[in-house]
Amino acid sequence: MSDRRASTNATGGYAAGERDDAVVRRVRCPRGLGLNGFGIYAVAYLVFLYLPVAVLPVFSFNDSQYVTFPLKGFTFKWYEALADSHGLLNGFWNSVKVAVSVSILSTILGVFAAKAVTRYRMRGRGGLLGFIMVPLVIPEIILGISLLMTFSLGGVKLSLVTVGIGHLLLCVPFSMLVLISRMEGFDPSMEEAARDLGENAWGTFRRVTLPIIFPGVVASLLLTFTISFDEFVLAFFLCGTDATLPVHIWSQLRFPERLPSVLSLGAIIVVASTIVVFAAELIRRGGVQLKPSGL
Amino acid sequence: MNAARTASGSGPRWRVRAWFMRSESGRGYALLSPTLVVVVLGLLFPMLILTTMSFWKQEYVDLVRTFTTENYAAFFDKRIYSLILYRSIRISALVTLVTIVLAYPLAYYIAFHVKKNKMMWIVLVTIPFWTSYLLRVFAWKVILGYNGVVNSGLISLGIISEPLEFLLYNPTAVVITLAHAWAAVAILPIYVSLEKIDRSLIEAARDLGESAFMTFVRVTLPLSLPGVIAASLLVFIPTVGDYVTPALVGGTRGIMMGNIIQSMFGKALNWPLGAALSIISMLTVTLAVCVLLGATRWYRKKVG
Repeated sequence: MSDRRASTNATGGYAAGERDDAVVRRVRCPRGLGLNGFGIYAVAYLVFLYLPVAVLPVFSFNDSQYVTFPLKGFTFKWYEALADSHGLLNGFWNSVKVAVSVSILSTILGVFAAKAVTRYRMRGRGGLLGFIMVPLVIPEIILGISLLMTFSLGGVKLSLVTVGIGHLLLCVPFSMLVLISRMEGFDPSMEEAARDLGENAWGTFRRVTLPIIFPGVVASLLLTFTISFDEFVLAFFLCGTDATLPVHIWSQLRFPERLPSVLSLGAIIVVASTIVVFAAELIRRGGVQLKPSGL
Repeated sequence: MNAARTASGSGPRWRVRAWFMRSESGRGYALLSPTLVVVVLGLLFPMLILTTMSFWKQEYVDLVRTFTTENYAAFFDKRIYSLILYRSIRISALVTLVTIVLAYPLAYYIAFHVKKNKMMWIVLVTIPFWTSYLLRVFAWKVILGYNGVVNSGLISLGIISEPLEFLLYNPTAVVITLAHAWAAVAILPIYVSLEKIDRSLIEAARDLGESAFMTFVRVTLPLSLPGVIAASLLVFIPTVGDYVTPALVGGTRGIMMGNIIQSMFGKALNWPLGAALSIISMLTVTLAVCVLLGATRWYRKKVG
């Protein structure tokens, strides 16, 4: 979207003549060197962002108990060891259960909320939106202990359900953000047309709104799945004896001899999360732009 | 569009319209209500419980539910708590500064220099942010450790003969790890505010004879300030309470408030004190944020 704005800006603002073009060139890349300098910096920054994570896969194939250079030899044994770990498989399925339920619930709530925020004029809209986004800024530990106290005083037994409630709070804002941007991206007159042609509210939603925002729905499902699957702090406080995968990993970090297994597990999770998130971003940003230009 | 229709309507039609508007906002609230219920029950209500419990007391394994300000008194009695809170704020402020100084040039590059595939850059920057936080912190522990990637790499290259000990288990390691973990959160708002800047303002400054650098200082930077402030808040507030990073890479000198609060729910077993410390931390952070916002407002008034 910002791409499009930039280009309209460029055609609108700079179309006057050649002299202006020269100005643009001068402003955009001062002395020709600026671009290179920034470009090098940007690449270095990406290396800084990705290198730490890349360490996990590299050393997960290393035939040594210790994570040190020089690399010894290539091995699959740490991955083979994963398959035998009961705690790990258990944690994995627990995380999948929580993440699937949370992503579905959070996306449903997100669709309703995004529809409300983008299509209806409401008093105090900004305040309510801010209120829903609060879990994004509160330190997770405080969210975690306050929920722990509430469940404990209310006599609720800690389980995967309590983890799910915590994750739902964290995921709903993301679902909303993704879906709001999708809802804002198409023309409400399409919905109005369906209503005028005799569809009821549900029919309009099912046959017009939903197909149009579908990429947003898929992106929301994928993103919230990843957030919940990878989330550690809330799960640590709220899981009781049903450890999720990150909680299981945390418990393994105390044992140096388990380090290579954690590396291989981490490598799998990082690669899988990256693929899921990348897919989500492609789906979210892709698709046909349905809003007519000029609006 | 709606506004235009309202304005063109005559008397009675306007009244019908007003009635519809009211029911329209009613339908809006109805759609929003499930989410609001979740946030009220999952956030607001637990926060009230947290506040209540901070005024209770722990005696061995029992909770004594009578009002007392003892936990707050404990914070002021034992210097260790205020020292650690001060350290947490200091570390988080440093993390915020480092993250933003590193993030700004990148956001600037994407906003002003990248012509095609801007979104590709944004996606590239955000992807690491979505992958497991725990594993990213763990990766830094592996990298900076005594026998870690950096040390063993430098030794096998023959650059150093003894492992560098200052890499891990100190506040610097915490700052590096957090600046990496929160990078995307800083880049996005700064990028958005830079992207919004009307390019003709920059051209005007250049046409009127400002140098490229002064144009940046006097036009671009002030106009991107909202993004910088948003980024500072988004990084500063959550990092004050972080406990995974200090626990894994901080060592004893890197202990932060999050670790103390966590210990109250683990071996120390004193929930009310943990609740009180959480509330004190949140109030302090709020105060710090207000000071920051006040300072920027004062600066804006002074400048322009």
